[in-house]
Amino acid sequence: MTQVLSTTPGLYPLPDWAKDELANLKGRQKGGLVSGDESAEIGDAYDRARTEVVDLQTDAGLDLVVEGQLRWDDMLTHPLAVADAVETKGIVRYFDNNNFYRDPVVTGDLSATGDVATDLEATVELTDESLNAVLPGPYTLSQLATDEHYGDEAAFLSALAEFLASEAEQFPEVETLFLLEPSLLESPPGDGADERASEAIDTVAQATEADVVAHTYWESHGGDGGIDEKVYAHLMDADVDAVGFDFVANHEDNAYVLSEYGAKDDIALGIVDGQNTLVEEGEEIAERVEWTLDNAHGVDFETAYATINTPTFYLPSGRFEEKLAALGAVERTEVKA
Amino acid sequence: MTERPADNREQFRPADHDNDHFLLTSVVGSYKKPKWLDRARELYEDDEDNFGDTEWEEAKDDAARLITEEHERAGLDTVVDGEMRRTEMVEYFAERIEGYEFNGRVKVWGHNYFNKPSVAETVEYGEQWLVDEFEFTDSVADRPVKVPITGPYTLANWTFNEAYDDDEALAYDLAELVNEEIEQLVDAGARYIQIDEPALATTPDDHAIVGECLERIVEDIPEEVRIGLHVCYGDYSRIYPEVLDYPVDELDLELTNGDYEQIDVFTDPEFTLDLALGVVDNHTADVESVEEIKANIQQGLKVVPPEQLTISPDCGLKLLPREVAYEKMENMVTAAREVEAELDAGEIDVPALGETASADD
Repeated sequence: MTQVLSTTPGLYPLPDWAKDELANLKGRQKGGLVSGDESAEIGDAYDRARTEVVDLQTDAGLDLVVEGQLRWDDMLTHPLAVADAVETKGIVRYFDNNNFYRDPVVTGDLSATGDVATDLEATVELTDESLNAVLPGPYTLSQLATDEHYGDEAAFLSALAEFLASEAEQFPEVETLFLLEPSLLESPPGDGADERASEAIDTVAQATEADVVAHTYWESHGGDGGIDEKVYAHLMDADVDAVGFDFVANHEDNAYVLSEYGAKDDIALGIVDGQNTLVEEGEEIAERVEWTLDNAHGVDFETAYATINTPTFYLPSGRFEEKLAALGAVERTEVKA
Repeated sequence: MTERPADNREQFRPADHDNDHFLLTSVVGSYKKPKWLDRARELYEDDEDNFGDTEWEEAKDDAARLITEEHERAGLDTVVDGEMRRTEMVEYFAERIEGYEFNGRVKVWGHNYFNKPSVAETVEYGEQWLVDEFEFTDSVADRPVKVPITGPYTLANWTFNEAYDDDEALAYDLAELVNEEIEQLVDAGARYIQIDEPALATTPDDHAIVGECLERIVEDIPEEVRIGLHVCYGDYSRIYPEVLDYPVDELDLELTNGDYEQIDVFTDPEFTLDLALGVVDNHTADVESVEEIKANIQQGLKVVPPEQLTISPDCGLKLLPREVAYEKMENMVTAAREVEAELDAGEIDVPALGETASADD
């Protein structure tokens, strides 16, 4: 029997009132975006918004609560955007979406800021539930950032892994850590780089007592569908407790690599669509969980994290809340495995 | 059966055009709204204010007239009303198509949001989209009016799809609606339609879907109606030469922004459509000089001969202050006229024809 726990990969949309209040406080230009030393007034607005999204998760009945990453103006590159030795420059496109972030240019030795840990500390105060911490995976971060200091790809990736590891070391007690690695599909690492990507994830994973999930999402480029087989094979060598899959974007290919290459003892199942406003029924979500567990032939999981496939920052707030409620309802539905 | 590219650009040559050569000048479409129009919208949307439908319609008419005339004053051969009546390029159409709904704002970047719609049911033609807009602009303009219309692929792609199995099926249904709208525009007298498909540049693997959409859109549209396709901000090598098979007369491209680094993409194989070349950058408030723009125009002559070259800004000008946008258009027209005169005089080479300085002599 697999234990099914519901959670999300974070990066929530701001509640509508906070969209307005913070736009008024920070402006709409790139100069006003989060830098790590915001005013007390801005901090207060984020505190209220955080309380709201933590309550939403508790009310929805989610097993593992996330902080919500509402301050992450630059989405996955936020931890770099607030770090010393990083200059945030022009607005660049975020993957193939109609979203943009400030290009973080690394100009010196990176060191941890404790920014993510501080937000997690604040979250501990708001809930009795266990926490799921969220960080960008080192490989994805290396693809989204620009290096003007370390000199070569391998050195940059390794520095980012150390940077994320030292951020994770400062976390309060968390149950799980989701490392978001969409770039493993969007721009798969080639020979050599695939092994280094896995080692970098390993570096971060070893910095925490929490169960670590390397969460992948989106369909891969070039129409291959799921995660590249070699990339996955290397990922299996990383000391993570689970790999996460986007079963919304592609369930067949993901089920195939699971059957072909096996899996970790735990798994994250991205089965609620974070890219679309269509709200799934609780029963539909339970069926998807069941299908994925049934189709991972020969693998018995101890824990399956039922989750939204992607971060949800570009869903409208109302639909996002309905999706949280639907996902939270899944644990109350009978799941056979 | 119509064939494109068709021979339909001469109708836009002004009667008093001085040069033998004719580089058709145009704009992509959007333009900054006057502040008073934004203020009028706020008044209109405020229920407590005594600013009703009549006042709001009058404000939009005034703005459309103002910007149309601003385009004419800049000397453009074909004009647009600056899309004064439109909100945003997907939102405006989604508001008029049955099957769409709005669920709230979504993030683009930082604290910038847009009202991204969802398709909740099969799409159907609802109220008219652009016919009133065209008829008004045409009535106040002395020059031919170009009508930009968001293409079905972008309407499908920049929408949450809740109702169709995939975006492809949604795009084909939307293509039928776009076709219906264009037929009505043509009946109303429109002779220059520009289909905007910026989403093509971000997801170039889908170029076949865009082609199939275009087939549906232009079906039964007479050859005298000029059909352009606007694409921007992407890796063009991933859509070229496939785009040459599209049933359009003109391909409109953003190229100034990237300093023409991608221009060579279009030289092999031979560019068989008309090229609407972006020659001023809509993302910088620095006004390009006439000399600079003339050099940019000559980049276009590497790809097509003058008979196939249209001159345009990279993209819509709505993010620029109005005076900057105006100066860019004015310099653009001056540059085009000077290049025409120099072509007449045989002072400029046309690399697309294999001409070199020595061959000219």
